Amino acid sequence: MRLSKLTATVIATAALGLIVGTASASEGPELKHVEFSFEGVFGTYDKAAAQRGFQVYQESCTNCHSMKLLSIRNLGEAGGPFYDEEHPNANENPVIKAIAAMFTVTDGPDSEGDMFERPAKPFDRFPSPFANEQAARASNGGALPPDFSVLVSAREHGPQYIYSLLTSYEDDAPEGVELRDGMNYNAAFKGGQIGMPPPLFEDLVEYSDGTKASVEQMAHDVVTFMAWASDPKMEERKRMGWMVMIYLFIFALLMYGSYKAVWRDVEH
Amino acid sequence: MSSYPGYDPKSGFEKWLDARLPIIRLGYDTFIFPTPRNLNYWWTFGAILAVILMSQIITGIILAMHYVPHVDLAFDSIQHIKRDVNFGWMLQPMHAVGASMMFLAVYIHMFRGIYYGSHKSPREVLWIVGVVIYLLMMATGFMGYVLPWGQMSFWGATVITNLFGAFPLVGESLTNWLWGGFAVDDPTLNRFFSLHFVLPFAILGLVMLHVWALHVPGNNNPTGVSVKNVDKDTLPFHPYYTIKDAFAIVVFLMVFVAFVFFIPDALNHPDNYIRANPLVTPPHIVPEWYYLPFYAMLRAVPNKLGGVITMFGAIAVLFVLPWLDTSKVRSMRYRPLAKLFFIIFVLACIGLGWAGAKSPTDLVFATGTDAATGAPVGFSFLWFARILTLYYYAFFVVILPVLGLVEKPKDRPESIQKSVLKSAPEEA
Repeated sequence: MRLSKLTATVIATAALGLIVGTASASEGPELKHVEFSFEGVFGTYDKAAAQRGFQVYQESCTNCHSMKLLSIRNLGEAGGPFYDEEHPNANENPVIKAIAAMFTVTDGPDSEGDMFERPAKPFDRFPSPFANEQAARASNGGALPPDFSVLVSAREHGPQYIYSLLTSYEDDAPEGVELRDGMNYNAAFKGGQIGMPPPLFEDLVEYSDGTKASVEQMAHDVVTFMAWASDPKMEERKRMGWMVMIYLFIFALLMYGSYKAVWRDVEH
Repeated sequence: MSSYPGYDPKSGFEKWLDARLPIIRLGYDTFIFPTPRNLNYWWTFGAILAVILMSQIITGIILAMHYVPHVDLAFDSIQHIKRDVNFGWMLQPMHAVGASMMFLAVYIHMFRGIYYGSHKSPREVLWIVGVVIYLLMMATGFMGYVLPWGQMSFWGATVITNLFGAFPLVGESLTNWLWGGFAVDDPTLNRFFSLHFVLPFAILGLVMLHVWALHVPGNNNPTGVSVKNVDKDTLPFHPYYTIKDAFAIVVFLMVFVAFVFFIPDALNHPDNYIRANPLVTPPHIVPEWYYLPFYAMLRAVPNKLGGVITMFGAIAVLFVLPWLDTSKVRSMRYRPLAKLFFIIFVLACIGLGWAGAKSPTDLVFATGTDAATGAPVGFSFLWFARILTLYYYAFFVVILPVLGLVEKPKDRPESIQKSVLKSAPEEA
């Protein structure tokens, strides 16, 4: 390959420019740097953390936050927090059935034309706490609790941002900050004033595996759960990614060898 | 032409078919085609682009089977594809990342063309067809980015379609006609989907014209010296360049799949995971990275119409490039001054991309602080973009025309064959 130094410089600068250009400036408050099991090219979701995170979600977050794009069965599908190899079909997983039964959904119309309520089944979507956006705003001082389905993907540095948000509430606003009515002070939120009251406090939930339910622990767990909800196929994707990379690498070697063989006696 | 005897039908069936529909002959002539023996790896991006185009069309057709072009359902249908459609989690990022990869490859392809003078006589039409393909790619990519109906989709569409409102007299009716209403809404989404589906096939047709226009004069090459002796200067495209292209394609695919499987959202904006909301404007509306240089030009001009003309003019000027570049020497390898200005041009394009990603008021570097407010002052991206835009245009309308007349080129090899002989002096 005939690459002069100049062209090599141009390529390197172009690559750098692409990275710089893509990384848009974030002017928000500084985020806490926490590590998650799902980061990096080998990362996977910590199943126990995701299960604990689901518990936090179910006992606390669902009071205000919807997760409309997920079905209850998703929890038991491959890569999900409650996946069980003995029940590859999540609809037959007893844990999933039990979780589903804890929710009530509206179904219908029945043969009389009436809507009715029934316990949820694994194939149902997660029920939303409010009937519509207006109802959600009315109950939350005008603020709209965002839907959880893709929330981690919808924020820059999503996992770090949501973890920081959940752990950066302060009882008293710093001097000079006038909190508006019904607002709470959160150092990680842009502007500092957030409608959501502190959602987590010590021992809010009781973990069945004995993990101490500190605010940091719960925040870490629920972010793991939310990250899975946003990108449930991540583990499958990375796994196949490695197979594809290895396949292409061998393919490239074969092509390079063939190229050298074909061109062996040709000056070029 | 002893190396290229042409297609010789052997079997009775081949002879019969060749007399009626010489399609095997067409394939033969396309692939057993005299190609300069000295093409470097920059020449592999044409084949790479063909592969990505096919990948985009195939993944796109499958995605269209599951996508719903409706303002209330589009966002959810993308998530449905990624969560519930078999291998949808792979197809959707392949298509989205594929668009970025196609632009990456086309930019390298175009820079290569400019550097080695591939736009010059007798390849002007080949170049112009290429610019039309690029223009259609821009339109297709833009409309494709609208389809997921996230915040950036909606607001990007609003900003870009509003540009047409800058034209005097017809502006407002033109934008309303584009929208199919009085704002970006369901009719806009539907027509963008329809056009996004059909334009790639127009691109495919133009690619065939592009290849046809390539086969009349034949390939340019790194020396820019025309083929003088087919036997000595060229090799048949197959197997020599099919195998070299195949190797380059596989290497490029490794970059492609690394994005698809490990960082599928790296080139996406987080805001596009928020459902489109006409009532909430994102703080920074930025287009996809491959439009950023043009976005910077648009914002570099204080007047809206002026900005729009500057932006579209930046592409329009490419159409007349074959006549702006007055030098008789094709390859910049033998044009030391042109080479220098070309490298600055590439850096200017990258710099414009950088400026497009920033707010015009952001500072490239600070020189001090404002005495009254304490805010940092210095060299803003607005002025950075203005200087680079000026250079972009100057490169085409001043530097290239003048250089062709005043520059003294270095000695060129007598022939392609001479340039690759081991005894020949190595080029710089």
